[in-house]
Amino acid sequence: MSMARDRVKILIVIVVLAAVALVVPHATSFIILLATRALAFSILVMSLDLLLGFTGLASLGQAAYLGVGAYLTAILAARYQVGLGYDFWLVVALGMFGAAALAALFGLLATRATGVYFLMITLALGQCVWGLAYRWNSLTGGDNGINLQHRPKFGIDLANPVTFFYVVFGFFAVSLLVLYTIMRSPFGRSLVGIREREPRMKILGYNTWLHKYLAFIIAGAFGGLSGVLWAHTAGIVSPENVVLTTSVDALLMAVLGGAGTLVGGVIGAGVVLFIREYLSTLVHWWQYVLGGVYVLVILYLPGGLMSIPERIRQWRTAPTKSVAGENLAATPH
Amino acid sequence: MTCRIERRAGRLLAAVCFAVAMATVPAAAQEELRIGFIAPMTGPFAQVGKDMSDGLNMYMEAANSTFAGTKIKIIVEDSQAKPDTAVTKAKKLILEDHVQMFIGGVLASEGYALAPVSTAEKTVYVSSIAAADDLTQRQLANYPYFIRTGWTSSQPHQPLGQWACDQGYKKIIAVAADYAFGYEVVGGFQKVFEDCGGKIVQKIWPPLGTKDFGPYIPTFKSDADAVFSLMVGPMPLQFPKQVRASGWTKPIIGGGTSYDESVLPFMGDEVIGDVSALQYSAALQTPKNEAFVKTYRAKYGKVPSYFSESNYTTAMMIDEVMKQTKGAWPGPEAFIAKMAALKVDAPRGPVSFDDMRNPVQDIYIKKVEKTKMFGYDKDELWNVVIKTYPAVSQFWTYGKDAFLKQPVYSRDFPPCKYCE
Repeated sequence: MSMARDRVKILIVIVVLAAVALVVPHATSFIILLATRALAFSILVMSLDLLLGFTGLASLGQAAYLGVGAYLTAILAARYQVGLGYDFWLVVALGMFGAAALAALFGLLATRATGVYFLMITLALGQCVWGLAYRWNSLTGGDNGINLQHRPKFGIDLANPVTFFYVVFGFFAVSLLVLYTIMRSPFGRSLVGIREREPRMKILGYNTWLHKYLAFIIAGAFGGLSGVLWAHTAGIVSPENVVLTTSVDALLMAVLGGAGTLVGGVIGAGVVLFIREYLSTLVHWWQYVLGGVYVLVILYLPGGLMSIPERIRQWRTAPTKSVAGENLAATPH
Repeated sequence: MTCRIERRAGRLLAAVCFAVAMATVPAAAQEELRIGFIAPMTGPFAQVGKDMSDGLNMYMEAANSTFAGTKIKIIVEDSQAKPDTAVTKAKKLILEDHVQMFIGGVLASEGYALAPVSTAEKTVYVSSIAAADDLTQRQLANYPYFIRTGWTSSQPHQPLGQWACDQGYKKIIAVAADYAFGYEVVGGFQKVFEDCGGKIVQKIWPPLGTKDFGPYIPTFKSDADAVFSLMVGPMPLQFPKQVRASGWTKPIIGGGTSYDESVLPFMGDEVIGDVSALQYSAALQTPKNEAFVKTYRAKYGKVPSYFSESNYTTAMMIDEVMKQTKGAWPGPEAFIAKMAALKVDAPRGPVSFDDMRNPVQDIYIKKVEKTKMFGYDKDELWNVVIKTYPAVSQFWTYGKDAFLKQPVYSRDFPPCKYCE
């Protein structure tokens, strides 16, 4: 039964994603741009979900890895003209590797702690990266940031918004698939075990520290990928991308969509970016809407927007249990 | 319980429907000129953004939103003072609204982010506030559709360096917000002050947005003759207060944004006597400015700042170009060329452009005084003009070629030769 339900869920996700891929390119250029931004950023949110939702570690420094990927892309492109042709793939690999390396370093410090201490260590480490981006003027351009004049061109021209949308969409889909596979693997299952009760996992003989450390590095690598894509999406990389609020944004988006669901990340990113960047072009009280959405979700949907179907099911079954029970048996769930 | 949720959901649905209804804007007619306006409407720079849009709106209302018979449509977008968001909003203006030009940006980082958008999309970008030096200096060649109606960061502070030297100050401490604008303001001041024989003996860089200067003030060198400060956003309100409270009795001089009218009405009497420099002062005693201040104040309940004046003047300049073309949009290249050839008489005084599309304008050295102005019956703080440097260009007296040979002013240039 659970397997069947999972299969239905996967099917729904695939159908929805396919619909997005088919519909968005026919929208206006601005909608395509926003969708691209949401997808690029949602890779960061999913990487954070790996820590938050599956391992139970709330990180407040995830923007640092986005920063590594983004600055690496921008510096290589603006200074050395690297990454604007087929070597774009090299930059993708470098961005992921660089971010993973930083995560490997930071992880040594951060994964020793849990709970609020983990939160504070990741916050401090994230701010170190921000400080570097802000103060190392000769390399990062300081507060002004770095402009990327051109997007890569290799057979296909990424300057075309629709092409670029598909490329980002592809990266997003692959990231989702890889992260989902990791989470379904025995390794992923033990992460969930650590989230639920770490001492028990220890007693069972698992090296819980190593599990957490590896999860931290994997999350860093995907954060780096998100950064590479973000740099080309926005066309500018500045300390604003690495600042604490970007990390907080990622955390809020993960919670809003539903922690521990992966796809919740893209829903959270989509909703927040839609309100902040589209609704704000229509009304100037968009901040109240954003605040209202956060409050309502936290109060009534602690499981995030992804828990809505579950809630509806409960709501329909709860008042008339006997009848609903028969219905449930009749449906293929 | 379930009923309550249902009702709430209903209300939410109603709100969403309302938002969608608000979104349906009638399609734009062909003959109108569409102008995008990008300014921070939320966040710490919201007050500045309000001054900017008020200035623009005041001109638009007086012109009945019509320049030389052509209807003008202003579309305002909130940049949240983030370069990333500014770029997204500029793209929205170009792709969705098909604007012919966009105005705005506050921070230097926004200016640097928006200029490449104008090049890529072949759309005119008029920077009314963003003052990053290099946009109209070493990088101008990259931005053919860019023109500036405001100022470069160092433009008013080079004359201020001369003025400080003429006052006989020998040693000055510089305290400035730690980002590009701060470096360029201090750089311009230091270059001229030191070329004239003065010495910058200490440079302190508090982070942008610092509200407590307690840790920095005790490090001030006691043998300095004055402090030069460059504060932005909410910073200026604290700095003079804390410095005076610490017992510092020597002069404080400041960059334009340390004392401009976006913060001056909120300051206390401790700032009386402080001196700053800018291309505009609300206390400028010309008939044109008096009328401007009175109308603005009657309308918006506040004295205009340079943020207001610059956007008012920008609208005036666009109006002038449209008058020349008899209301037809001349295309981006011709528009830039025509605008760069303009000479206008603005509230700030006469403004023309140099060949790098930056204004040549009078720079005012201003002293904060508590006085009555323009027939207002209350004693208030005003930036009283004590000296005018006429027709100052961004290159001061160095000449374009010599000036452009040196690197852009930064944290390390000019080097602090006299710091220990």
